[in-house]
Parts: sequence; structure tokens; C-alpha cells
Amino acid sequence: MAIVIFSSELQKLTGEEQTHVDAEVFKDIVTEISNQYSALEHDELMKMAVAIDGEIIHTPFLEKVAPSSEVHFLYRISGG
Amino acid sequence: MSEAQEFKYIGQRTIRPDGFDKVTGRAAYGADLTLPGMIWGKTLRSPYAHAKILSIDTSKAEAHPDVMSVATFKDFVTLQSESVAGTEGAAGVLDVARNCLADDKVLYHGHAIAAIAARTERAAKDALGLIDVEYELLPPVMDVEDAMMEDSPVLHDDMFTAGYDEKPSKASNIATRVEMKMGDVEAGFAEADIIVEREFRTPTAHQGYIEPHACTVTYDENGQSMVWCCTQGHFDVRTLTAKVLGMELGKLKVIASEIGGGFGGKTVIYQEPVALVLSKKSGRPVKMVMDRDEVFIATGPTSAAKLKAKVGVKKDGTITAMQGWMAYEAGAFKGSPMVPGVMTMFTPYDCPNVLVEGFDVVVNKSKVAAYRAPGAPQAEYAAEMVVNELAEMLGMDPIDLRLKNAAKEGTQTIYGPKLKRVGLVECLEAAKNSPHYQSPLPEGQGRGLASGFWFNIGGQSSVSVNMNPDGTGTIVEGSPDIGGSRASMQMMAAEVLQIEPKNLKPIIADTENLPYSQGTGGSRTTFATGMAVIEASEKVVVQVKERAAAVWNVTAEQVEYADGVARNTAGEDSMTLAEVCKNAEKTGGQISGNANINARGAGPSFAVHICDVAVDKETGKVDVTRYTAIQDAGKAIHPGYVEGQLQGGAVQGIGWALNEEYIFNADGVMENPGFLDYRIPLASDLPMIETITVEVPNAFHPYGVRGVGETGIIPPLGAVGYAVGNAIDRKVEELPCSPPRVLALIQNG
Repeated sequence: MAIVIFSSELQKLTGEEQTHVDAEVFKDIVTEISNQYSALEHDELMKMAVAIDGEIIHTPFLEKVAPSSEVHFLYRISGG
Repeated sequence: MSEAQEFKYIGQRTIRPDGFDKVTGRAAYGADLTLPGMIWGKTLRSPYAHAKILSIDTSKAEAHPDVMSVATFKDFVTLQSESVAGTEGAAGVLDVARNCLADDKVLYHGHAIAAIAARTERAAKDALGLIDVEYELLPPVMDVEDAMMEDSPVLHDDMFTAGYDEKPSKASNIATRVEMKMGDVEAGFAEADIIVEREFRTPTAHQGYIEPHACTVTYDENGQSMVWCCTQGHFDVRTLTAKVLGMELGKLKVIASEIGGGFGGKTVIYQEPVALVLSKKSGRPVKMVMDRDEVFIATGPTSAAKLKAKVGVKKDGTITAMQGWMAYEAGAFKGSPMVPGVMTMFTPYDCPNVLVEGFDVVVNKSKVAAYRAPGAPQAEYAAEMVVNELAEMLGMDPIDLRLKNAAKEGTQTIYGPKLKRVGLVECLEAAKNSPHYQSPLPEGQGRGLASGFWFNIGGQSSVSVNMNPDGTGTIVEGSPDIGGSRASMQMMAAEVLQIEPKNLKPIIADTENLPYSQGTGGSRTTFATGMAVIEASEKVVVQVKERAAAVWNVTAEQVEYADGVARNTAGEDSMTLAEVCKNAEKTGGQISGNANINARGAGPSFAVHICDVAVDKETGKVDVTRYTAIQDAGKAIHPGYVEGQLQGGAVQGIGWALNEEYIFNADGVMENPGFLDYRIPLASDLPMIETITVEVPNAFHPYGVRGVGETGIIPPLGAVGYAVGNAIDRKVEELPCSPPRVLALIQNG
């Protein structure tokens, strides 16, 4: 199962540093964890970027997640 | 891509394809389009920094014989507070509209209130004086300290600070609070032998692009409206303008003109929806061009900031804890780059215990816009100054201290993932071995050094590569070329197609010719649009093989393509790319490839800068005597343009550190809105910026590209600031190091 590691900001909503999720694509991870933690809003999570195994993806949706993957949610970065 | 590759064209210093037009004056910029029947638009701006608008009477202006239309906020559609994604991040459409034309309040000196279109530019300017505006003045709030006070006048009654566990009961000028942490900073500081804690300030600074904002528009009630403008992202101009005016995207075409600098400041809209309203009401094409003072007072500078940095270190140089605090000015509407400031502040360091807190604060200044690596220069300036001071206290070389604690592959970042392979150690080693660092500092001068980190981004890019019957081709891309990217696109397509770059013409398509492409920003174009160019070119190669295979009665797998020639591995046949393209009409039609991608895997870029300065102790004037910029490019597609980006970033950062700042009077009126009094560095002010390009490939790009446009502006603030302090034996805590400020430091200690 993929491991989702929560930032210090998200930990305020989850109360936990990390969780394991049985999902193969990013959108299903969001559904899983927003069901698991009621304070996490599905739509807000979908607005965030994600790092899957260190690869930052700005608008994730159908991204594949391996059982050994490490997933981080992060603020979307823009630029100048 | 992780290992070194052999390239045929990548890495060459080709002549830029747009250079001839630019040096001969043929290139068409934002103000260069003139249409039949065109009239001129001009903007009435607030003389006050903070006031309620009690009434706007435009009747006298409308009666003027040369005036053809007048626009106010009421001409925009009824807007909801909707967030729209763009290159500069999400933008609140209501705030964007209220920034284009004030609603019921003016929030900064220069805030647009109304606009007039008239037969001539002079008539439009004169008629602005016929508009009567009744104000109720409010006290201006001009910096984060005032804005964050409990009893501060509030700019927006509906703004409640986000980021606390419970929603505050009272409206505030603090839009957002963010805190990121890892490890245990208290325990980390307890382990430290030395702790340094300091407070810093950075000024409001402008991107300083030479070309003012300009647009020419036509509104067509029934068909196709058009905006021609200088922008870093014409698809985003279309999105935001259409939202403000309630238009369908398909009825608005936006064409990106050539652009005379942007640096992040041309990722937003100001005049475009206003000009369309004026065009709609007058039935004429309308041109609007800002004057220089309008650019300064009414377009986004970058945030002024107040910052605190605290770092603990053991005697052996091991950093045990890092703590930061920052408050960034957003200008009149929320949305400063505070969050990337929080994320980047200590990222060059592999430290297990980090805590950073940030605040996004509204003040009565124009809304900030992105500026190269938005948010990072301010935050990393504070961190680098403290790290330099610690190195001095430890008696340790500042590069050795950084090497001992350098972020590298596997380093945990405060913002989430561990770093993949990055090039900070290589940059530090290159700095240490550089001729500059190896040279003794001339007597009486000061030396400073700083590192910098920026993420770089990927995102959406659309490209089409269309081949001609003679084997030449056109690269159609959706990313405006603000820094020579056309040459890089040419070279990447040439590398795949194995033909001379000059045989491929890169052009920037308008919003009707390609699907959506994000703007040019975030150091993304060579990385992301380059990936799209490579993919589209590879599709051309696939078709070339298929066409040749069909002619030779073999399978495509039996055709090899190299050096611009298709070869039959099952026989002796061969055809050049030009021959395949010439026969295309007989083998299935013309050949083209396209790619519409959302690029992922942007590679972070690190930089290290070294600065020497001489200070005139009698006037406080600082001269940069030597400057070296070292940066990891991943792979330099065009080394000359990479060096240009490193030099450009360094020069802008030096200007920010030395002289550039907005000066306001007690009423919040900007007193230096022009290049005479807002002093950016000139070529004659600076030595040649020496550059060293480090190449640690980004594994997620086919050629290893990271992106280089932004990181170079981060280290100069710390490198220059520390060099000045070193030269005068004082602690520099406030930028810019302008002569009066440096003189005061010398005289007052």
C-alpha cells in the first residue's frame, strides 16, 4: 500500500503524520483519505500539487501510484 | 535522463531566430499594432492610497466631442469570488476585476477608477480631467507592521485570516498564516553551541521591464473579439479577461506580441478588459499604452517583507536547527508569494529541525505580481545572511560550512518530498574552485557569498511541428518567448529530427491556433515546452519511418532514422527527410506531429553567487567590483542563453540589494515612479558578471533540463548584503544598501 505523508499543516487536520492507502491512482487516494479524515476536504486536496516518489505533479488526477510509492501533498508553485 | 548524452545540436551557441527582427526594429511589440479606425484609451487613477469612492460622474467627459466611450467597474459583469488557475497561481477573479477598475474603494495610489477612449491620445488624457470623483479619505496602511496591528484600519471588511484552527471573529489585514515544520527546533537549538537570530527587511521592488504594458483590442458583438498585448501568457490573458467580461473563450482571440521584458510582471491583466469595454461601447478598435509612472504605481511589484531568521550550529559546523518568520506585503489584494518563501527559506540546508511561519498581509500598495522565483529572494536573503554570520563566528570558510550542511539527494524538505538528485554540492565546489574565490580580496573591499534554491515548474504546453515539402519545418508553440526560448525549441527539434536548427522556424501561436498553454514563467518553458517539442518531433520521425517503409515495402521497424536520413535496414535504400516530405502527398498527406502535455518532474535548480564590493566611506555609495554566478542548469540547451539568464538574474538581484525601492510619502503616494529616481543598475554600473554553468541532469527530462530563469535572482540579496557589511564592518539588516542607508550604518554603527 502507498504511504501518504502529511505536511505539518495537514497534520492539524489528520492528527497523524502518515497513513497507508490501497489505491492505484491519485484521485482514489484523495477519495480514500478524505473519507478517512473528515477534516480533510476532497475539493481542497484536489487543488494541491503532489509529489509521488519525489516527482512533483502540479495538476494530478489520474497519476499512477505504486504500492511502494511515497506521496506528499504540497502547495502548488507558480513562477515569475 | 540521468547520464551524460552525446548531442549533435544541443549545447551549441546558435544565432537566435528572432534576433534580426529585434535589432532592426521590425519586431512588433505591445504598442506597435495600429488598426483602421483605432482610438486611444487612457486611465483615470486614484491620487489617494486609501479612500471610499462615494460617486463617479462621467457625464462631462461623455459630452466631450472627441470622447467615444467611458468605462467604470459597473461595465464588468456581475462577478462571483471565483478562483481561476493561471501561470502565476490561482487568481480571484473579483480581485482581478477590482484591480483593473476600482469598485467602491480605491486601495492604492494609482488604482484605476475609470477609463476614456477618444479620437487621439491627447484628447483621452485631457478628458480624464472631466471625470468627477467624490472620495471619503481613509488612513493608508503602508507596511506589514502597521497592517498587522490589532487596531489597524482594515482594507477589506470580509477578510478573515485563514490558517488558524478557528476562524477569527474579526476582519484583519492578514489574509493567510502558514506554518511548516519538521523535527523539533527547540531540541535542535538546545544542541547548538552558537545561535544567531536576526531581523531583516526588504523593500518593495519592481521587475523593471523596459516595455510598458500595452494592448490593442477590437470587440465584435457577434463574432470574434481580439486582444493584441505584451504578455508572458496570452492563454491566461484570455481566461481572465473572458471571466471579467463574461465572454466565451471561443469568442476571444489573444495574440502575444513580442515582449520587452516581463520577469513575472506580465502574467496578469490590467488594461485588457477595460480596453474591450471601451471598444464595445465605441464600436472602434482601442489602443491602451501605460506611461512609465503608471507602470510603477499601478502594476505589480514584488513584496516588501519583514523577516526573522534564527540558526543554531555546533562548533564543528553542523547546523542543528533553523527557524524563520516572515510577513510579506501582498499589496491591495491578498496573494503575496509568502508560501514559496516559507518553502524555500532553508531548503539549501540538510537540517532535521526546521520551523517557518509566514503571513500574507494586505497594504495600500499596488497588488504584487510575480518576480523571478517569487517569494524566495526575500526569505533566502535572511537565511543566507545568518549562515554567513555563523561561518564568521566559527572561523569557518562560508563554502565549507555550506558543504557540510548542503542539501543533496535524499535531503528531506520542509515542504514534503525528499530531494532527488540536485547540484548544490557541485555548485559550491565550482564556487570554491573559481578564479574569483581563489583570488584575494582587494584591500578595503568586502566579499559576500550566498546560495539559492528554486523549485522550477512544469505544466501545460502545446506544440505542433509542421513539415514543409522541402524538408524544412515550423515549430508552432504556445509559450511567448521572453528570454530566447525560440532558439532552444529550434535546437531540441533539430536534435530529434537531425537537421540543421536553421531549417526549423519557431513561431508563437495565438490562442486559436493551439490548445491551452501555460504562460512563460516558473522557469518552465525550456523544460516543459521543450518536452512537448521533443514529443511532437518524435511523432514526425515516426511518420517519416512509416512513409519510407511504405515506399520500400518493409515495416516501419525495419527503417532506421539518423542524421536526417531514413535507411532501409533490409536493403540498400535511403531517403533524406526532405525527400520523404517531398513525397508526402503521395504517401498519405503532409507530415506533422503535435504534443499537448502537462509536464511533470521539474528539476530544482541551486545557485551560488560570489560578490566583491567597494564602499565609498564618505558617501555610502557601493560599487560591485567583481561578481560570479554559478548555477545548475541540468543541461544547458543553449549555453549562451543560460549564461544570459544567470547574468540577468544576478543584475536584477544586485539592483534589488543596492538601490531599488519604492519611496512613499506620509499619505502613501509613491514619490519615485520613474527610472531616474527608481534606480536599476545600468551596464556602466557593473562589472561583467562571470558565470559558471554546472550540469547535473534532471532525470525527468529527456535531455536533463532543469530551467534556469529564476534561481539567479535569489543569491544576490545575501551575497551583496553580506559583502557590504563585510566592507564596512557592520551588520546589514535592511535592503537596499543605498548610499544614505550605508552612510547611516557607517556613521551610526
